[in-house]
Amino acid sequence: MTIIEARGVMKSFGQTPALRGANVSAAQGEILAIMGPSGSGKSTLLHCLAGILAPDEGSVWFDGQEIDKMSENGRSALRRDRFGFVFQFGQLVPELTAEENVALPLLLGGMKRHAALAEARQWFPRIGLDGLEGRRSGELSGGQGQRVALARGLVARPEVLFADEPTGSLDSVSGEHVMDLLTTAAREQSTTVILVTHEARIAAYADREVIVRDGRVSTLTGAAT
Amino acid sequence: MSVPLTLLGLLEREPSHGYDLKRDYDTFFGRGKPLPYGQVYATLSRLARDGLAVAGPAEHGEGPERKRYAITELGVAEVETWLSEPAAPEPHLQTVLFTKVVLSLMLDRPADRYLDAQRAAHLQRMRELTDLKQKGNLMDVLLADHGLYHLEADLRWIDHTVARLDILGHTVRRNGKDGTDNGKHSREIGT
Repeated sequence: MTIIEARGVMKSFGQTPALRGANVSAAQGEILAIMGPSGSGKSTLLHCLAGILAPDEGSVWFDGQEIDKMSENGRSALRRDRFGFVFQFGQLVPELTAEENVALPLLLGGMKRHAALAEARQWFPRIGLDGLEGRRSGELSGGQGQRVALARGLVARPEVLFADEPTGSLDSVSGEHVMDLLTTAAREQSTTVILVTHEARIAAYADREVIVRDGRVSTLTGAAT
Repeated sequence: MSVPLTLLGLLEREPSHGYDLKRDYDTFFGRGKPLPYGQVYATLSRLARDGLAVAGPAEHGEGPERKRYAITELGVAEVETWLSEPAAPEPHLQTVLFTKVVLSLMLDRPADRYLDAQRAAHLQRMRELTDLKQKGNLMDVLLADHGLYHLEADLRWIDHTVARLDILGHTVRRNGKDGTDNGKHSREIGT
């Protein structure tokens, strides 16, 4: 069952078109890789799917709702309650500890601090960071910080996780560790993953991949028909 | 790389003598290893025997007798099947991929679609190897990694080539028309 879909999405920045009629959809629980060269529009497509950017034309649908027709408050609630995010550079809040960072989506969703932190702590053995819950982001390596960011993206059990080059700043071993965790956790909780990457080895963790070229989406098939 | 299918592909451009085919093969695909005349004529005979090409009447003139070969409909279908079917995704495919791309451009066939199909086949194999890594032991991981890194290198080449198809097509068609040996560059870099 399709849970999220872009239909004919067009988006320009000034005079520069980034998306020229992009169509893509993902099923519930599917891990979809969006690939493409730099500047092809793949991150813009992710931002449109996530309701961060509004398309100039076309529409984005999530769970039967056209999200670009929702109010800004409605989209914010959607991003907070039903979506999760992981970006290239973790973007942890430096003033907070690792466990507070993981707990953030739960706290923003109204959970009591004690309960949110308890839930956040359960992620640390799973991401191989048992004992590092009290560290701040400056005291974590890049790979450790990205694993904390991943736990933060998944802690509220989002229906869709948007991951924009989640391993882009990591060495290959750390990157694979993050992808192992991401795909295992997403499959356990049936979270759909929209994964933007330019690396084929990372895309190979996905169930399916599409490629964005010049603002349009091509679906790769095994035969040149 | 398949020499018979490559010669057959060259025949699709226009009926040709064995000499012309050898010259174009050496220019574009020889990589510093010229095709022996004996292999060219033996291959053409086999293509004719299998109904993929037909030989015209012997032409008399200065020098030895010559025959002009033309591709048949069956031969065109054979070339189309070969070009459009992705090769089994194994490391070190660059020679066959290179041949398919150049030949497709010469024949005004959709090289981009063929490359996309190859890309999909490579990614499917990479998914299988990734799955093996996630379920296997350290030895499986190391072996899968070896395959993954080589397949990734092929994919990068595919991406770079897709980005340059326009200019590559222009170069291939121009060289094909004036018959100049601009293949010397590819020989020098050993592609």
